[in-house]
Amino acid sequence: MEDLIVRTISRTLVPFIQVYGLYIILHGHLTPGGSFSGGAVLGSSMILFALSFNLERGAKKLSHDASTVLECGGILIFAMLGFYGILAGTNFLTNLKAGFYPGVPGEFFSAGFIIFITVALAFKVASTVITLFYNLIETEGEAHD
Amino acid sequence: MSIVLDTLLLSFLIVCAVAVARTRDLLSAIIIYAAYSLIMAVIWLQLEAPDIAITEAAIGAGVTTLLLIATISKTRREE
Repeated sequence: MEDLIVRTISRTLVPFIQVYGLYIILHGHLTPGGSFSGGAVLGSSMILFALSFNLERGAKKLSHDASTVLECGGILIFAMLGFYGILAGTNFLTNLKAGFYPGVPGEFFSAGFIIFITVALAFKVASTVITLFYNLIETEGEAHD
Repeated sequence: MSIVLDTLLLSFLIVCAVAVARTRDLLSAIIIYAAYSLIMAVIWLQLEAPDIAITEAAIGAGVTTLLLIATISKTRREE
């Protein structure tokens, strides 16, 4: 799909989509939305870039291997935050009793480790969406177009 | 006001759902399906579920459309 209009619009629009996705992720404990919605927005922005340009330029921004590493790293951070609760002497995924910073309710820095979990799972969802797209488009045999 | 808006949105939803099934051109069907998801997101917002509305707008109108367009670029456009 080599189209000037699609390329120009998507090149202009992709940073705004990514900023909106980061806003949804970082305010996941205050406003509607969270890791799944924000991660899907982030992943679809990368898919839009790779689909409007060719696949090589998209893979230069975020390769298949990098998205695989990001996917495993997100769930690893989630599991480590969960096991920190056991190390602190309480249950798996214990939030405030394990000694995380409670903050002021309603402020940005609040709710303990919810924001770290949201960021980790958002990166996992985003890289899952990107990996799904790469697996679909990278099969052998050229596109008919 | 809300009754009028809901009736309008639901009738658009039914029209879009019938049009997706009856369109022969697959690319047009995908675009109509994206419009269906967008209307569905507004309906979720009317039902006071903004979380689901954001997810529907991101998954239904974004990721599903892009994955189906990627599928069409690998196969044929006509049914």
